[in-house]
Amino acid sequence: MQIVKAVTCPVCGSLCDDIELVIEDGKVLKVKNGCAMCESKFLSVTSEHRILKPLIRKNGELVETSYKEAVAKAAKILAEANYPILYGWSSTSCEAIRVGLQLAEEIGGVIDNTAVVCHGPSILSIQEVGIPSCTLGQIRHRADLVVYWGSNPWSAHPRHIERYTAFSQGRFEKSGWRGYLTKMKASAVKKKIESAFRRAFLKRKPPSPSTEVREPPPTIYREGRKLIVIDARKTRSAEIADYFIQVEPNKDYELLQAFRALVRGQELDVDKVAGVPVEYLEEVVDVMIGCDFGILFFGLGLTMSRGKLRNIDAALSLVRDLNMRTKFVIMPMRGHFNVTGANTVFTWQTGYPYAVDFSLGYPRYNPGETSVVDVLLRQESDATLIVASDPVANFPKKAVEHLVSNPLIVIDPHMNATAQMADIVFPSAFVGIEAAGTAYRMDHVPLPLKKVFDPPKGVLPDEEILRRILAEVKRIKKRRAKEAS
Amino acid sequence: MELLIRNGFVFDPINGVNGEKMDIAVRDGKIVEKVKGKRVRKIDASGMIVMPGGVDIHCHIAGSEVNSGRLLRPEDHFRDFEPKTSVTRSGVGYSIPSTFTTGYRYARMGYTTIMNPSMPPLEAKHTHEELSDTPMVDKASYPLLGDWWFTLEYLRAGDIEECAKYIAWMITSTKGYAIKIVNPGGLEAWGFGDNVKSLDDQVPYFCITPRDIIRGLCKVNRLLNLPHTIHVHTNNLGKPGNYQTAIETMKCVEDLATENKPAIHITHCQFCAFKGEDWRTLESGAEEIANYVNSHSHVTMDMGQVIFTDTTTMTADGPFQYTLYELSGNKWVNHDVETETSAGIVPFHYRRKSYVHAIQWSIGLELALLIKNPWKIFMTTDHPNGGPFTAYPKIIAWLMSKKAREKTLKKINPKARGKSLLPSIDRELDFYEIAIMTRAGQAKALGLKNKGHLGVGADADIAIYNVNPETTDPSKKYKLVRKAFKRAAYTIKGGKIVVKNGEVISHVEGATMWLDVQTSEPAKISEEMKRKFKEYWTVEYENYPVTEDYLEISQPINVKASV
Repeated sequence: MQIVKAVTCPVCGSLCDDIELVIEDGKVLKVKNGCAMCESKFLSVTSEHRILKPLIRKNGELVETSYKEAVAKAAKILAEANYPILYGWSSTSCEAIRVGLQLAEEIGGVIDNTAVVCHGPSILSIQEVGIPSCTLGQIRHRADLVVYWGSNPWSAHPRHIERYTAFSQGRFEKSGWRGYLTKMKASAVKKKIESAFRRAFLKRKPPSPSTEVREPPPTIYREGRKLIVIDARKTRSAEIADYFIQVEPNKDYELLQAFRALVRGQELDVDKVAGVPVEYLEEVVDVMIGCDFGILFFGLGLTMSRGKLRNIDAALSLVRDLNMRTKFVIMPMRGHFNVTGANTVFTWQTGYPYAVDFSLGYPRYNPGETSVVDVLLRQESDATLIVASDPVANFPKKAVEHLVSNPLIVIDPHMNATAQMADIVFPSAFVGIEAAGTAYRMDHVPLPLKKVFDPPKGVLPDEEILRRILAEVKRIKKRRAKEAS
Repeated sequence: MELLIRNGFVFDPINGVNGEKMDIAVRDGKIVEKVKGKRVRKIDASGMIVMPGGVDIHCHIAGSEVNSGRLLRPEDHFRDFEPKTSVTRSGVGYSIPSTFTTGYRYARMGYTTIMNPSMPPLEAKHTHEELSDTPMVDKASYPLLGDWWFTLEYLRAGDIEECAKYIAWMITSTKGYAIKIVNPGGLEAWGFGDNVKSLDDQVPYFCITPRDIIRGLCKVNRLLNLPHTIHVHTNNLGKPGNYQTAIETMKCVEDLATENKPAIHITHCQFCAFKGEDWRTLESGAEEIANYVNSHSHVTMDMGQVIFTDTTTMTADGPFQYTLYELSGNKWVNHDVETETSAGIVPFHYRRKSYVHAIQWSIGLELALLIKNPWKIFMTTDHPNGGPFTAYPKIIAWLMSKKAREKTLKKINPKARGKSLLPSIDRELDFYEIAIMTRAGQAKALGLKNKGHLGVGADADIAIYNVNPETTDPSKKYKLVRKAFKRAAYTIKGGKIVVKNGEVISHVEGATMWLDVQTSEPAKISEEMKRKFKEYWTVEYENYPVTEDYLEISQPINVKASV
């Protein structure tokens, strides 16, 4: 039995790096410090969904093959393609992404990462407005006001609140976990009593939750950390918040602009904005201006609801405006563990964070044109390489139809929907468990991913598979150039 | 491979060679006495200038702030791109080029050693990953240590030796090269949106002043025997009247200098040489600063020259960048790093017709010309803050030719022209002085023994420029000089020809230099340190240091400390 400490968890953008693993015979026995998602990832490495041999489609069936043949075939497809797509990248290491970019440049393809379908709009807005931000430790030490907007960290980034924000213990701000714990217990007891009461006496279904927004409680004026959640529905995170604002669906933009107007000292001559009485908003703005250090985290509830990049534009501007009055910062809640890293590596090598087109021999960037879904919808691509992603399961149907009508190469540890439709499948090692590398946390802090034990025999890391494909592509192109001359 | 560069006019100030016609021999990447035989590749440099490869003491080319700048500004890249060739990778410019392009553009100008001046220790891995993707040049990076909580706490306790041990640990763990101090105290204050205003302001919550920090780290620097001095971006940077702060900063370590050796490097001095009450009454403080520097031997500095162009400003000085955002209304990025530092980015356009910008342009050149000893002031633009490094040939022309300066003077804001000291300065630098300001002096200030000269044993990093110093009068033919420095006839890196006639002909990787500082007993990375780690940072102690495999080519330099 062996204990490995300080392991970085390759699941979400929080990138907790304090995981302890108990290992025996190349298997994880126990996961300490991790959340449920972390635990299930480390424990599922040896699951039956693993692909262990390269597969190639022959007569409509995926059959096992050798790496050599798979690499040769894949390289041939990519080298011959006119306008190939290379997509995924957010769940692999920066080292693999570096090779991927070189491959894209070599074959003149479009390379894009999953940011295009999550925080792409955020990036577009950052390019318009800029972003006042910081690392997560800064929030731990200093933030006395934490706002989550359109994001539900309690369920999606389970340790975010505990490690970095409201429940964490900092130099200048103390943890508020005791208060929240009492509150959660009370809320659970209340729920139980209510449902028991209903069952015993009323025998009817629970009433639909009221959407009436409560008045801000006096506790949001207290000293110390305060947590505000703004969302279209009452999430688990909303339940523990000091104050929850239920915004009417798709009205985030109005609410943000109302906050901006109030921060700039303008009067609003309406009673309600997005279902929230203006006098409540005024109180919240007072709290925002009155805090020593505020942070606004936003999730896909803001980036992918109506308004998209305009919502983020307004959120960034709101926070920028707040800096006239106090210290305020903003941060997107990134999902995949290395989506930030994908944007980072793309940017340093090409100047652009996603949707990079190499078809003219140099990096070109025009989201809407060079972004992968748009390329697919215009039916322009003629081959695809997918690394650590499952677009068949979550892209628009039309885009998927074009995607699978062309040669498709997949590098993934799992037999996911995309892999099932593929022509060539490379099994890969889990980076962060079976392969080392680097990933970037949502606040751009790079962390090492550990190799805890060896991958199954014959399974290679993404980086190595890509290197082999790249070498083969170069060989084919050299041969072709020779023949031409 | 053996090389023989024949008949060039050699400018090698460290060895006192001033334009003599001589041959330079190279074997296995080093300069040697002579090479013989048929296999020696000969380069005919007759009628050309041969200099050591260029050294840049301060330019932001890699790391989190540079990359945020790239991400922030697609409009900066659209018109300036470089397609892939059979030897080079593709990339984009302009003011914040992508990593490969950065390397190629430096090499084309004959530069071979680059210092990246601001690395947040927590994000050092990022800096090194980018440096590993920056080809053609050797490089190093300075960790930001002036507002690190350990520094503040140990200096406040007066425990210089203990502080020195932690600094040594930090430099080695982040694979850094020198102690960088940016707006000391101000960055910690910026954590809550404040700043410090003078050398004697208290840093909130820490009971220490910027003066204590600078003096303390200057002593630490000496205890550790680091090759470079402390590298200081002063308080009040970019504010009218700040030339006094700059002079006070230099004064405050006057007594710490020994044997006439420099004790402090004031970086991008142009930005802290402003006289006047406000922007309207802004004037140059270059004369006062030059007078001080001319009469003291403990200071080196670099220019931070402004170029009239669109660029991207980025510093670790968060509060300054916020002021710049307020002034310009341009998009603004801020990035504070826990327990260590901050950073800010604002795009900026320097305009000829703007009074302030024109004065700034003038200040940079005044400093370079009024400071008599070229070993004390080096040519930089604080890339990309004053303008992109690709403008260096322009600056060389301005420094070498009064005519070139007058031509630009004619085009600038008339009020600024009236205030500029440049018309009263007749000094024109020669090639020897240019060689000092662009390579020899910088290498000496950095303590790089094998760089910046062409003596036997030096690294064979050589630049050859196609301009004949015997027949060309740079004062009149400044355009010719500019052209020659823009596109080196040859750049030789580690004994290999990498650029010919301004084109990259070979892609080579450069080494990353870092200091392996050995203290008599290492800093107590004890339970105490680990406990503090848990409190101060949000990453585990084990995951913090940069391991050597992050460096494409690792070149440790051993330093034996006196503690």
